[in-house]
Amino acid sequence: MNILETQNIEKKFANHTALDDVSISIPENSIYGLLGPNGAGKTTLIRIINRITAPDKGTILFKGRPLQPEDVHNIGYLPEERGLYKKMKVGEQALYLAQLKGLSKREALKRLKVWFEKFEIQAWWDKKIEELSKGMAQKVQFITTILHEPELLIFDEPFSGFDPINANMLKNEILELKKKGATIIFSTHNMGSVEEICDHITLINNSKNILEGQIDAIRKEYKSNIYEISFNGNTQKLASSLNSDYEILEDTKINGYNAVKVKLHKQTNDNKLLSLIIPVVEIISFNEVIPNMNDIFIKVVNENKN
Amino acid sequence: MNKIKLIISREYLTRVKKKSFLVMTILGPILFAALMIVPTWLALRKDTDVKNIAVVDKSHLFINKLKETEYAKFEYIEDKTIDQIHNNFSELGYYAVLEILPEITKKADAVHLYSEKQPGINIKTHIANTMEKVLETKNLRDNGIAENMLESIKANVDLRTIQWGEDGEAKESSTEITTVIAYISGFLIYMFIFMFGAQVMRGVIEEKTNRIVEIIVSSVRPFQLMMGKIIGIALVGLTQFILWIALTLAIVTGAKAVFFPDLENKNNQEIVAAQNLLTQENVSIQASTQQEMPMSKISKMLNAAKSINYIKILGIFLFFFIGGYLLYGSLFAAIGSAVDNETDVQQFMLPITIPIIIGFIVMMNVVQNPESSIAFWFSIIPLTSPIVMMARIPFDVPTWEIVLSMGLLVITFIGSVWLAGKIYRTGILMYGKKTDYKELWKWIRYKS
Repeated sequence: MNILETQNIEKKFANHTALDDVSISIPENSIYGLLGPNGAGKTTLIRIINRITAPDKGTILFKGRPLQPEDVHNIGYLPEERGLYKKMKVGEQALYLAQLKGLSKREALKRLKVWFEKFEIQAWWDKKIEELSKGMAQKVQFITTILHEPELLIFDEPFSGFDPINANMLKNEILELKKKGATIIFSTHNMGSVEEICDHITLINNSKNILEGQIDAIRKEYKSNIYEISFNGNTQKLASSLNSDYEILEDTKINGYNAVKVKLHKQTNDNKLLSLIIPVVEIISFNEVIPNMNDIFIKVVNENKN
Repeated sequence: MNKIKLIISREYLTRVKKKSFLVMTILGPILFAALMIVPTWLALRKDTDVKNIAVVDKSHLFINKLKETEYAKFEYIEDKTIDQIHNNFSELGYYAVLEILPEITKKADAVHLYSEKQPGINIKTHIANTMEKVLETKNLRDNGIAENMLESIKANVDLRTIQWGEDGEAKESSTEITTVIAYISGFLIYMFIFMFGAQVMRGVIEEKTNRIVEIIVSSVRPFQLMMGKIIGIALVGLTQFILWIALTLAIVTGAKAVFFPDLENKNNQEIVAAQNLLTQENVSIQASTQQEMPMSKISKMLNAAKSINYIKILGIFLFFFIGGYLLYGSLFAAIGSAVDNETDVQQFMLPITIPIIIGFIVMMNVVQNPESSIAFWFSIIPLTSPIVMMARIPFDVPTWEIVLSMGLLVITFIGSVWLAGKIYRTGILMYGKKTDYKELWKWIRYKS
């Protein structure tokens, strides 16, 4: 079941189209990556999901029915442009934001206590945000985003601006939240983090959704029949054993052993390749090269340009 | 609705708890009280520093005719010349030397006041006035007009203004007090619009630069956030206003008791003295019997002050304060949303501050002439009406004018809040882009 679906969303600003017929489906309890270059329309889509702006056309379904104003209580949002009131005390501020998300004061206090203990930051309660370091403020920010235990969490470029320690904490907490049943939307152009934690992705470029699906399926779809072999023996000998169905792309070393990247043409397969080289060299490793998201990202965006 | 209450209470509490609020609340009434008390105190204060002025009267017309005052004594010197006094000036201890030449009857400037320090204006006017009177009397006498005739010619007019109320009741009024109230009310509105309007703007800019605004508008509508802020700050303004009135009254009452404990007694004494004077005059001079007894100035003022309808003024003040504040506060919010930091506000501030300042300038004119056509039009036009109408109210404005002005103000602030809301909801999410009027116009036309 999909927790959120956008159907044919269109949003135009005065001189450009931010979103053009964008439809995505976010499966429940997944970590969904919203990818795309800067200015592609990711933030606009997120703002529409958060009911900050309204689409010109299209509908949004939350748990199968049109998104209602009260549904924002079920969404936690960490925007790319984020911060807190600098002059307000940590505790007061967290309480205020929690109440805006529909929690009662008592419930908010109870939950804040738990989180402050977990992060060992009880001593900050009466401090002003401006007295905290940036990393400390980020912890408070994270707590205020998830305190109302939303079913859907939206993080816009969550790792930008977080220091490595907090970024790691954030990653672990996100995985933890998923375990507890939450669905997470991730907007980023940092592909490394996408591969690590996302299950599904959609790639938005130039206000259009150009690629959507499960991350493993997409990577498989974009693999190009290249194998990497490291071996003990002579590269020349190996090369001479291959016919025109095979093409050596790269001649390198892996862990001190000679290695090559071989592209296979359609008529052949990896077993045939193995049978050809086993007689001439001693094989140390044999892997299919699966493209990483970064490569796919660049490839698809460039294809789309032409 | 619940959320807008949350926003209002945050906006209100964070401001009221600030130290600067406390400081302003205490300092304001002290300044106001000082404005009211110091002039009275100065007027009533006896100048203990009496200045000795030597008079060398070569015309012999003024000997013993220059009256001593609270601040000046005159000593007539016949045996010394100006030069002799000048040489021993510091030993003799005079403040100044007045030299009157014999040709004073013909030449107006045949009199000199020598001193080391520039003499004060009241000494100068006192001497000049007294001398003029002496010369006038002499001239009249020289022309054969008898002294008692002179006395009977003298007249005294004390114009008392009495207003006919709508209920047909006649009330003693005081132009002076009405003018003061008009000034104060107009000025307060002007000050409040600027002070709290600017607070709205700074609040919006703060939320934008702190980057918290997007977090909040993911929970509430941008319009709710804007209105919550505007209303919260309005309540801060009202709180401050009420505290100011209470504290000012307390300070004035307290100060009266400390500095002028005999003010009330003095009133009565003055009345008695005036009566005594009158009876004496009645005995000696028949002509003045027709004159009515003049009331003491202070007690007259008190009477007039009592006749002013404070409840009505306060009610209308609150209306124009809230109306004017909503009108300008929403525009200030729109400006705040359109810029990235406070240094960028200049280009948008001008069109807003100009009408406020025009309103203030017109107000100064209106208190002099509350029935003029300038007064009428500027108190009807919504951009200036809160300030100008408020300055006219103490002078009793026809009800239809008040209603028309209020109605137009309500329509205009609804319009300005609506317009500001449109600019605001787009502006708060815009970063790093220089905004101009063209851009604002685009935002207004966006669909929500």
